[in-house]
Amino acid sequence: MEIKVVRKVLDVNDTMAARNRELFSSKKVFVLNMMSSPGSGKTTTLEKTLALLAPALRCAVIVGDVCTTNDADRLARTGVPVVQVNTDAFGGDCHLAAHVIEKAAMDLDLDQTELLIVENVGNLVCPAEFDIGEDARVVVLSVTEGEDKPLKYPLMFRVCDAALLNKTDLLPHLDYDKAAVLANIRQIHPQMPIFEISAHSGDGLAPWVDWLKEQVGRKLR
Amino acid sequence: MHEMGLALQIVEIAKASLPPELAGARIQRVNLKVGKMAAVVPESLRFCFAAITRNTPMEGAELFMQEVAVVARCGACGHEWTLDGPAFRCPACDSGDVRMLSGRELDIVSIEVEKD
Repeated sequence: MEIKVVRKVLDVNDTMAARNRELFSSKKVFVLNMMSSPGSGKTTTLEKTLALLAPALRCAVIVGDVCTTNDADRLARTGVPVVQVNTDAFGGDCHLAAHVIEKAAMDLDLDQTELLIVENVGNLVCPAEFDIGEDARVVVLSVTEGEDKPLKYPLMFRVCDAALLNKTDLLPHLDYDKAAVLANIRQIHPQMPIFEISAHSGDGLAPWVDWLKEQVGRKLR
Repeated sequence: MHEMGLALQIVEIAKASLPPELAGARIQRVNLKVGKMAAVVPESLRFCFAAITRNTPMEGAELFMQEVAVVARCGACGHEWTLDGPAFRCPACDSGDVRMLSGRELDIVSIEVEKD
């Protein structure tokens, strides 16, 4: 005999994410979920972005990794409150789930936070599936990765609101088809803004930071 | 990559969906809808499901996955079409204002239990 169920497998996560979203909205906190493959330069991008945003904008960071507190140690030097989550304790998870964000957020003073940036676990697959209660999602892709990455991981590029093409300072040394990667991103998400940046040199960061400020301003106004 | 977590959720939801009068009935089959753009590898999900139900009343239960196509709708001209690859631009008017109507499902539709 068949019994109707009709429930999302990720129901528990989605419910928790909705709760997070409510909490962040009531505290007037804008949450950015930052995703990428490992080694794309998320942490450096975040360091440079925070330097341009703080202290004018009160920021905080939750950083996820399977192991080590290296990223949190680097980010703490920016003077911004940082909470490190090691998913190892949760079974070496490939992504940050909503309940992990809820717990990590308890270690932050949300009343003193306007922008919470979540640096997700380096992975272009799973984090795209897990809502954490964020307001916007950004994917970082570097020019040392293949031009076809957007086509290989379409969901990630589809669910994000902006893309950062990082490490552009390396372009003169690479056999890289930048036009191809831009076309591939636009094929998956034609209307998504793409910012070409070098977190290393700081080139191109201003338009990205302006975009982010505008998004934050729209929620907090 | 997170198929083990998904399998655990599926078992939890399946067990919780048994009405009280059928408590203890053996669940033979779980029917799922899986969108083509959901980050799920069916073989891997089946493997995890079999592993965690081993030596439990659900051992041997079948996990049936119905694939759901990616259907999109153009916000500019209203055209609806089924995508055969990840190209989100309207084939009718070339607009990039495209919304996904389906393809991200990961839903439990029903469970099937053994009748006494």
